[in-house]
Amino acid sequence: MTPLLRLTDVCVDIGRKRLLDGIGLTLDRGQVLGLVGESGSGKSLTALAIAGLLPLIGGKVTGGAIHFDGMDLTAIGEARLRSLRGKRFGFVMQNPMTALDAVQRIGEQIDIVSRLHLGLSAQAARLRTLDLMAQLRIAEPSAVAEAYPHQLSGGMKQRIVIAMALAGDPELIIADEPTTALDVTVQAQIIQILTRLSRDRGLALLLITHDMGVVAQVCDRVAVLYAGRIAEERAVEPIFEAPSHPYTAALIGCIPRDGMAPGSLHGIPGAVPVSGRYPSGCRFNPRCTHAADLCRQERPALRALPSGGSVACHFAKAETS
Amino acid sequence: MTLSRHLTVLRTILRRPGGAIAGAWLACVVLAALFAPLLTPYAYDAQVLKEAFQPSSASHLLGTDEFGRDLLTRLIYGARTSLSVSSISILISVVCGMTLGAAAGYFGGSFDRMVTTVVDLSWSFPEILIALMLVAIIGPGTSGTMAAIAVAYLAQFARLTRAQIMTLKSETFIEAAQSLGASHGHILFRHLVPNALAPVLVSAMLATGDAIILEATLGFFGLGAQPPLPSWGSMMSSGSALLFKAPWIIIFPGLAVAVTVVAINLFGDALIAALDIKDQVRRGK
Amino acid sequence: MLAYAIRRILMLVPVFLAVSVIIFLILHLLPGDPIDNLLKVGAPVEQRTEMMARYGLDRPLPVQYAIWLGKLLTGDLGTAIVARRPVADLIGQALPHSLALGGLALLFSSVVGILLGFVAALNRDRFLDRAIMGGVLLGSTLPSFWLGLLLILAFSVQLGWFPVSGARSWSSLVLPVLTIGLGGTALVARITRVSMIDVASRDFVMLLHAKGLSPLRIQLRHVLRHALIPVVTILALRIGWILGGAVTVEVVFARPGLGTLLIKALNQHDYPVVQASLLMLAMAVMLGTLFGDLLQAAMDPRVRGALA
Repeated sequence: MTPLLRLTDVCVDIGRKRLLDGIGLTLDRGQVLGLVGESGSGKSLTALAIAGLLPLIGGKVTGGAIHFDGMDLTAIGEARLRSLRGKRFGFVMQNPMTALDAVQRIGEQIDIVSRLHLGLSAQAARLRTLDLMAQLRIAEPSAVAEAYPHQLSGGMKQRIVIAMALAGDPELIIADEPTTALDVTVQAQIIQILTRLSRDRGLALLLITHDMGVVAQVCDRVAVLYAGRIAEERAVEPIFEAPSHPYTAALIGCIPRDGMAPGSLHGIPGAVPVSGRYPSGCRFNPRCTHAADLCRQERPALRALPSGGSVACHFAKAETS
Repeated sequence: MTLSRHLTVLRTILRRPGGAIAGAWLACVVLAALFAPLLTPYAYDAQVLKEAFQPSSASHLLGTDEFGRDLLTRLIYGARTSLSVSSISILISVVCGMTLGAAAGYFGGSFDRMVTTVVDLSWSFPEILIALMLVAIIGPGTSGTMAAIAVAYLAQFARLTRAQIMTLKSETFIEAAQSLGASHGHILFRHLVPNALAPVLVSAMLATGDAIILEATLGFFGLGAQPPLPSWGSMMSSGSALLFKAPWIIIFPGLAVAVTVVAINLFGDALIAALDIKDQVRRGK
Repeated sequence: MLAYAIRRILMLVPVFLAVSVIIFLILHLLPGDPIDNLLKVGAPVEQRTEMMARYGLDRPLPVQYAIWLGKLLTGDLGTAIVARRPVADLIGQALPHSLALGGLALLFSSVVGILLGFVAALNRDRFLDRAIMGGVLLGSTLPSFWLGLLLILAFSVQLGWFPVSGARSWSSLVLPVLTIGLGGTALVARITRVSMIDVASRDFVMLLHAKGLSPLRIQLRHVLRHALIPVVTILALRIGWILGGAVTVEVVFARPGLGTLLIKALNQHDYPVVQASLLMLAMAVMLGTLFGDLLQAAMDPRVRGALA
């Protein structure tokens, strides 16, 4: 069976800068794929590329293919892409405080999705909206529907954004750091809502995060992004047991755990290089403890691993292809 | 700012075609105003009635007015009046406005509320109304015009300075100076005002353009510079009466105002871009 | 909304009092005895004492102000010195002309300005944008009386399409409205453009695209809607600016409005008329600002929330 979403060798440019270079991912129905990496590694760009929203920030897919349910999204044109947005894949943004239209009532903002994509009448759309809000455990849905965004809390707004993403009855939800802007206590609730949706409705969920802890708890697979390239892409359990890429290992080393000795929690020395000033060879080599001359000269190819998944490191134990 | 920084800014401005042309025009106007007597063989008040209403000719490049005075000569001397009246009044306005705005922003409290209320109130009134009100009190003439312009734009600079001071006040280096026991005067004039200066000066430059128009308008109403002293505005005070007989008497002074004000705006925009202070300047508007 | 409106109207009362004090003081800040300013040169002594009594000038200043304000509120604006008629009559004749001119100019600059700003923002950094914004800069820097004179020269004298001056027909309004409107248009177009561009880059617009809405719908129903909030704010603050333009332009086109009345009275030192005209213009500014604020509150639920 072909996966619902498959990215092969996707490249994205903004202006003359190549910000994503050869991204490959697969995601199936009912699966949760975590996309992790530090700020500036290209996580959000990947999400925008899938949704076809790159032109809004002046970007463009310049290579590779994005297959969604058999269609190549990079080739179908803006009009068809627009008919898919909101209908077959929903989008949850990082900051719910700024994601809603401040001068429109909450209900109308959700209604429009099912009116547009499911062809519902105003009344039917409102009933659907209220039903969705109830499912997302929003108290007094009809009162909230009449409210304006500034009257709601951050966690509540993010539920509204999720309701909007669900209103078109999509098969895929792309959630771009959905909890970063929220209070810690609310973060867990939102993550729980999203993963439950995936399990209950068989939705595919692309969860962008920089929190390896969240990945460990809720994801089935994980893709690690570094400086616009995939470092490693695998099922969650093996990756936490034995990370193949030194960068993955370093990220896992950043998660605080019970019983750690004080002072043993480390960050990764150095910073993500900015585009245009990428080092040659493996882009992680200046920060890598295992770096050798080969790493500074030659770009490591993304190779399949014996246990499934793939890795881009010269020194990872991989199948020879 | 050091000299090399000044030069860098100047070079950035002149690299934009709009900035370069505008700068050249402004330099010409200022030089013409400074060296007016050297540039023209005529006196600005020399009436030769038999030569009245002449259109452009070799001896009178822009023609003559209703008293037979050379229009170009009056235009050049008019630049003196218009530029000096508007820039001096804006200078007064900047000094008073900055002091008021800085004090209000720095000390806060009821003084700040009072200043803000008065400033906001006068800001919502059109400059021309404030100016007319003041001319009504002081009386027509150059000094009345200057006072009117100075008061009319005061609110703008007070607002802008106050906004600047408010944002700067909470910054670390100010708190550091305060905790080291620096006096209010020291903090205000050594730390806050210099840092707030750039956007205020740029908007002062843009306001000078508006002031030229305001001066011209008062002059047009016969409330500005009194005859025989020419200013760009008072040269047009004959108004529509001469429009049919000798339109050049109206067209050229207005053109001088328009081109100069456009040049000031273009130069100001280039300056804003070169100094990268767009947000600060806009905040006061 | 009603609560907001009432609060906002009550906020006008102190402003009105402050403005009325300033305008009242104009007469007393004039150099010399106010009576000399009120009387024609060489007026007989009886007239002088009669004037003193009529204006209550023998009483203390605050009392004089109270009397003046009391009369003002009953519609008694005094008597014009030159015209020897009740000032209220003069104002009553002038006001409709000024309101028609100011209102139409405001309408013109809002509609044309928003349209130009919208088109410029959609074509950002392309030729159309540069052409519009260049024209707008030119329009905002021309002295309005001069622009008026040029329009008369072109359209009335050369082409003969519109009357040169006066207020006898509707066609006499075209050139004055255009003259004032062009300056306002520049202001509105510039703010509309900047704020459209600003709004278009916000997160919620991205999400609207992600919901699959059409770009035109997003621009019209959401981006423009948001962009108009600052436009209304500035228009509210600058309504006086447009009315100020009306003062100048009335004189140029010899229209019998408040501006003409004011300038004539200033030149004739007819101070009761000056006071009344300034007061009327100031009230127009205040009411304009009030209208703008109410419109803004109607457009933005956050503003209503903040003051409710």
